[in-house]
Amino acid sequence: MNTQPLLDIRDLGVEFDTADGTVQAVTGVSLKVMAGECVAIVGESGSGKSQLFLACLGLLAANGRAVGSARLVGEELVGRTERELCALRGTRVAMVFQDPMSTLTPHLRIGRQLTELLTDRGLLGAAEARQRAVAALHSVGIPDPESRLDQYPHELSGGQRQRVAIAMALIAGPELLIADEPTTALDVTVQAQVLGVLHAAREKGLAIVMITHDLGVVAGIADRVAVMYAGRIVETADAAELFEAPAHPYTAALLASVPRLSGSQPERLVNIEGQPPRPYEKVPGCPFAPRCPSARDLCRATEPALHDGGNRSVACHAPLPQGWVR
Amino acid sequence: MIAPLLEVRGLGVQYGLGGGWLGPGTRRLQALQDVDLVVPEGRSVGIVGESGCGKSTLARAILGLAKPSAGDIRWRGWTVDSADRARMRDMRRGLQVVFQDPFGSLDPRMTAGDSVREALDALEDTGVEAECRRRVEAALVEVGLDAGFASRYPHELSGGQCQRVAIARATVVRPRLLICDEAVSALDVSVQAQIVNLLHDLSRRHGMALLFISHNLAVVRHLCEDVVVLYLGRVVERATRDALFTSPRHPYTRALLAAVPEPDPRLASRVVAATVTEEVTRTPPGAGGCAFAPRCAHAIDRCHGERPPLEVAGAEHLVACHRWRESASA
Repeated sequence: MNTQPLLDIRDLGVEFDTADGTVQAVTGVSLKVMAGECVAIVGESGSGKSQLFLACLGLLAANGRAVGSARLVGEELVGRTERELCALRGTRVAMVFQDPMSTLTPHLRIGRQLTELLTDRGLLGAAEARQRAVAALHSVGIPDPESRLDQYPHELSGGQRQRVAIAMALIAGPELLIADEPTTALDVTVQAQVLGVLHAAREKGLAIVMITHDLGVVAGIADRVAVMYAGRIVETADAAELFEAPAHPYTAALLASVPRLSGSQPERLVNIEGQPPRPYEKVPGCPFAPRCPSARDLCRATEPALHDGGNRSVACHAPLPQGWVR
Repeated sequence: MIAPLLEVRGLGVQYGLGGGWLGPGTRRLQALQDVDLVVPEGRSVGIVGESGCGKSTLARAILGLAKPSAGDIRWRGWTVDSADRARMRDMRRGLQVVFQDPFGSLDPRMTAGDSVREALDALEDTGVEAECRRRVEAALVEVGLDAGFASRYPHELSGGQCQRVAIARATVVRPRLLICDEAVSALDVSVQAQIVNLLHDLSRRHGMALLFISHNLAVVRHLCEDVVVLYLGRVVERATRDALFTSPRHPYTRALLAAVPEPDPRLASRVVAATVTEEVTRTPPGAGGCAFAPRCAHAIDRCHGERPPLEVAGAEHLVACHRWRESASA
């Protein structure tokens, strides 16, 4: 059995130089993604969940830099040249973003955009690439793919555009797809279609990193979940266990603060008081301590390390007891 | 009988499409058609539907920001008419709104206190200066911001704090009805829960009615007593919360509910199975038939030719579907 992780992130940090000094967006994150696995990265705005993976692919803004290590099947990604990374993007790792309109170039036909990667890298000839594009559109459930190739992005609906973006990401057969809030801009019925497409790709062996704030989306697709807060991973666990019995107070509060469609209805939602810290604020101790109902003096003084407990790791001085049911 | 706080009858709104340098376009988009809606005093009513269903247009029409092409809107039994200034003033004070974008709804050059104060000055005959300042502070404290926030500018506030200021600005004049147009959609989950709780508390404490427009069905279930489902500009179902969420009658409502992923892996397997195949297609205005028919698994010839009227499907439950009896058991 091959136990080498597909993506192995170790102690990765992301910093940005700004007019107000250095902003630490991601701090000491370690995470493994195995082949064929779907890992969800959950967190709120500013938690660093997108920057973490942009850093892995060398896509940080010009004032950003990554420190630490991220290996793709043993090959180091941090510190590689743009040229070397460019050769990996699309063919080995691909990314899908939130807004499908800005992913697609408005003045190029769908077919040209889909085949660009294949023909420009000399992977396939024009005719074969076109055939591959038809197959790719078909696999994401776009009706009448042949004629779609000659259309422009504005002729498609939002859900269709996002499915085209996924087809484009998968066309060269990458091992890993990083999907950054791929359904956030879509209506729920359309979201369900797009999630269906990702499910189908997963069943064919694709590994997916799903970056999202939507716990419902996570529950439907993820094998494993990493919860991020203030640029750190605060808990990782198998999805079923995490939802059943969260160990970090932040995870528990996040789950309890989501209104639900089924089950009993509380009079009030559980509040997490306060706001997440802003990236340039330096909080001593645990970054969640100012909002945490069970914070003690220790939490405000010393930052807890992420204790590796096999299937579940939690960065908390006072994790919730297991078997605790919400 | 006392007239309800807000009553909308047969409302239609059209937008002109296109045009260009040759003059105004002749194509029109029917954003809303034949919409009836009642909001009694103190009641919370949810409007749900997907992008383009007309839910924001409904809010805009009620606020006088979009001109109705048909039907009428009554505020406490009085037909809204901009010519009657005294009554318009009463309505403006009694009817307030909070929008989606917390930064966009505040003037970046005004402090939080000035933004709230502006609403007070515009809508009431304010007298004693000290009293005004006390009310502005009280409004900020009531939304969970301490009085020190009065001197802060929007860029110094987080999204959730800005939305609290927007709510303070809307509620400082003690409106009878607060329209919330996707008011929590742009917020993070933990902050969204704070604002949902705040709206719930404010409406309870002051008997303030809510018209809560959202695409988030779970939030609507949490906050609203009545729910109206819109599809392409028409009401397809209207019911009390319990009736709508436990026994939805319209195939669209059921598809919508089934498509929402629940944060519970034990319920997750149903999500993928429950997709609606086609995406929304707009039929031209005036075309007959049910607007949902092209996507509906239960559609028969009649659905394509004859528009279903809203009919009674239970106590306080209306549905516009020819086949709700058959499809409900399917």
